[in-house]
Amino acid sequence: MNAPLRRVAISVLVLFTLLIINVNYIQVVRSEELRDDAGNTRVLAEEYDRERGSIVVAGTEVALSVPTEDRLTYLRQYPQGPTYAPVTGYYSLVYDNAMIERASNEILAGTDPRLFARRLADLFTGRDPSGGDVVLTLDPAVQEAAMAGLEGVTGAVVALEPSTGAVLGMASTPTYDPGLLSSHDPAAIRAYWEELNAAERDPRLNRAVSDRFSPGSIFKVIVSAAALSTGEYTPDTVVPAPDTLTLPGTTTELENFGGSSCSSSGEQSLIDALTVSCNTAFAQLGIDLGEDRVREMAEAFGMDGEEREIPLTVVGSSIGDPENDAELGVSSIGQQDVQMTPLQAAMIAAAVGNDGTLMAPYLVDQLRAPDLSVLDETDAEVLGEPVSAEVADQLTEMMESVVAEGSGRAARIPGVTVAGKTGTAENAGPDHNWFIGFAPADDPQIAVAVFVANGGGTGGDVSAPIAREVMQAFLDGQGE
Amino acid sequence: MITGPSTDPRAAQPGAAPPKRRGTELALLGFAVLVTLVAQAIVDLTITGSLRPDMALFGGWITGLWAVAHLVVRKWAPYADPLLLPSVALLVGLGLAVIHRLDLAAEQVDATATRQDAPVQLVWATLGVALFVVVLVVLRDHRVLSRFAYTLALVGLVLLAIPAVLPASLSEVNGAKIWIRLAGFSIQPGEFAKICLIVFFAAYLVDKRDVLALASRRVAGLELPRARDLGPVLVAWALSILVLVFERDLGSSLLLFGIFVVMLYVATERASWLVIGLGLFAGAALIAYQVFGHVQARVDVWLSPFEYRDAAGYQLVQSLFGLGTGGLFGAGLGGGRPDQVPVAKSDFIAAAIGEELGLFGLVAVIIVYLILVERGLRTSLIVRDAFGKLLAAGLAFAIAWQVFVVLGGVTGLLPLTGLTTPFLAYGGSSLVANFVLVAVLVRISDAARRPAVPAGPPRPALGDAPTEVVKQ
Repeated sequence: MNAPLRRVAISVLVLFTLLIINVNYIQVVRSEELRDDAGNTRVLAEEYDRERGSIVVAGTEVALSVPTEDRLTYLRQYPQGPTYAPVTGYYSLVYDNAMIERASNEILAGTDPRLFARRLADLFTGRDPSGGDVVLTLDPAVQEAAMAGLEGVTGAVVALEPSTGAVLGMASTPTYDPGLLSSHDPAAIRAYWEELNAAERDPRLNRAVSDRFSPGSIFKVIVSAAALSTGEYTPDTVVPAPDTLTLPGTTTELENFGGSSCSSSGEQSLIDALTVSCNTAFAQLGIDLGEDRVREMAEAFGMDGEEREIPLTVVGSSIGDPENDAELGVSSIGQQDVQMTPLQAAMIAAAVGNDGTLMAPYLVDQLRAPDLSVLDETDAEVLGEPVSAEVADQLTEMMESVVAEGSGRAARIPGVTVAGKTGTAENAGPDHNWFIGFAPADDPQIAVAVFVANGGGTGGDVSAPIAREVMQAFLDGQGE
Repeated sequence: MITGPSTDPRAAQPGAAPPKRRGTELALLGFAVLVTLVAQAIVDLTITGSLRPDMALFGGWITGLWAVAHLVVRKWAPYADPLLLPSVALLVGLGLAVIHRLDLAAEQVDATATRQDAPVQLVWATLGVALFVVVLVVLRDHRVLSRFAYTLALVGLVLLAIPAVLPASLSEVNGAKIWIRLAGFSIQPGEFAKICLIVFFAAYLVDKRDVLALASRRVAGLELPRARDLGPVLVAWALSILVLVFERDLGSSLLLFGIFVVMLYVATERASWLVIGLGLFAGAALIAYQVFGHVQARVDVWLSPFEYRDAAGYQLVQSLFGLGTGGLFGAGLGGGRPDQVPVAKSDFIAAAIGEELGLFGLVAVIIVYLILVERGLRTSLIVRDAFGKLLAAGLAFAIAWQVFVVLGGVTGLLPLTGLTTPFLAYGGSSLVANFVLVAVLVRISDAARRPAVPAGPPRPALGDAPTEVVKQ
């Protein structure tokens, strides 16, 4: 029986060698992949042992870690959870993290290289290592007004400081409570996650930066900018504004909003065309200017299709690829394949308000070490100059007219000149409602974009009042 | 008291007595005790920052336990293989440290909870050593066991059948119907049945191996057995399938059948039995996969665990995360999160070891098992009687097969089966049964290495002792 016994002994050796090869494969070859897997909460659990830095708005912590009694030493809390959720995101044991919690994770977790010297010191002094703080540019009054304005609807608001690009407000609805995703109870986290999954409109989506929509008539600002920049147009240049426009090469008749007439004479000045948001006039104007001019102007305002990090990831906005003059005409009134994020819409208003200079939007003002010393500060950065100061002035004049006597009257603020443009975009569902604008028009302090998804009304009815509240809230705060 | 013949009639001619190597065993046991205590201390210091108050008691207990075992071996099995007991001691000690570590983890999660799995396991280990002693003292010659082969077969079958017959409330835990639960105690009778059946297989196969080795015809280089000799293997196969059907115990089913086929092969030296066994296994596996949802689920999880990461694959995926996070050196005892793997203390204790002691720790454990198994197989090689050979081979292979199936499952090499990790894992039945198993191995190894007595008239052979020359 010894010959088969020896073979059994060798087989056992082979089986155990297989085991050893397999654990080598798992613990060496796949080690990094398994360690970094989003579902592997071990590394995260290690992070929970460290005091994670806070996310701060105007001196108040909107996300902070508090010590607990249970084994995950720190619990992440969001005192004004739903109000800031679109920006802070969540920090979850089960579902990883999102938004600033994700984008600025290295600072918050304390693993950023800029905190290296401190970590080294922690090692020697026995001090518990902790993460740095992220100070946001948000203005609480703006943020609260924006979230309040969007209550009950699906949409987004972005407010920028035109001169710097600092984000003063970033709202998105529906919202959620990030605290419930950041608890220490995986079952409760999963239950809440499922509840969010079941929602008709995903509350975890930051519609201000993570999604893009048809802008409708707010895109006419860009077509106007392209026209004025040629030097061949002024706000008073008379352009054709027929009741219907047959799109070149087709039999499709383009109408004005609700089938209305822009002008009894069939033509009107550029400023009047923008004031009443004349579709036929701008479709024809876009066709006359040609695709290149429209595209170049859109790109100069930031619609270059590229992602942006502010540090939240902003999806790219672009005018698409109109194939002929008919499509170019429809694109010129912000339909067809023109898509933009609400942040992009706010950048258009901000650039016009900033004498034609487009500033890079940013959300993080400062990164601070745990001892509150400033590690890094964001400097305002010029992205480009889509239009000259002169053209910017002309655009401002036209946009003032929109609010003063046109489709944007609901955005008027007593005692303050407001410049703006409404947009009502057709899509698969009820119309999207837009408003972009800035105030005060002569010395812009705040630029806003309001987007209401499938609001069903017009930009002037639905979105302009929200923009007014947001601008008013900011200007009131500045007066104090 | 059961006593066998005091001398072995077929022993090798007297010559220089082989060394007993009891000193080696003592030194290795000392090392195992040292590792056990250091591991406990590291766990305590890492997690709580101080040694637990009863550390001295624990140290004394463990030392006493192995000292007693050693002394009993020295007295009653002086020629026993010196590596068997220390391998066991090392595995048990490491298991105690990891179970203690998981106790502390549970207390960290819930400060009000006190978990006492490690002390309970120590009690079971003590009982195990006690049975180890009883076996060595009472069973002076392993060949005696063959006299009870049919009784043991019956006992084994009854033990195996009890959970299937009992109502689910008394026998089912987590879907496997393999327990006897009475008055707060749970016993897995299958662990004991395994040993009884191996003894029976050995006795039965020694008896019948000549018949079973008869060939009828050659097919593709294999000498196929006669059709009517297929009976025993079909019975073992049917038994395994019954276990699978009525107890939903994939592991034991696979274990029993594997052991029987390998013992059949060793007894008959006919590779055709392996092929037949493999064929029967493949057929049964295919049908089980089609018919039983739980088998199918296990296989699906095995093939793509990450697809089922939040459901059926959660445990395996957590195990893989633990292993991957442990990497080469591990997080250190007490430094990882092995409690993230559900039931880490029993089925998945190897994942905890891989996470905290790293690749090196886990491979070391596998090698200790390998030493244990290969020493068992070596015993089988050198022991002079056919029954002892087959019995030692069966017992050693049982450990090997079980370790392979369990560790393979935990590391994703094989589908999960739900067998325990011998000596390491939490669980009284498994621990105590494996102590009995090793006691028998120690007994056989003593007979194997014992020098022949000076020449004397050969005694008449026992009825069960084979009289033919052992085939080499």
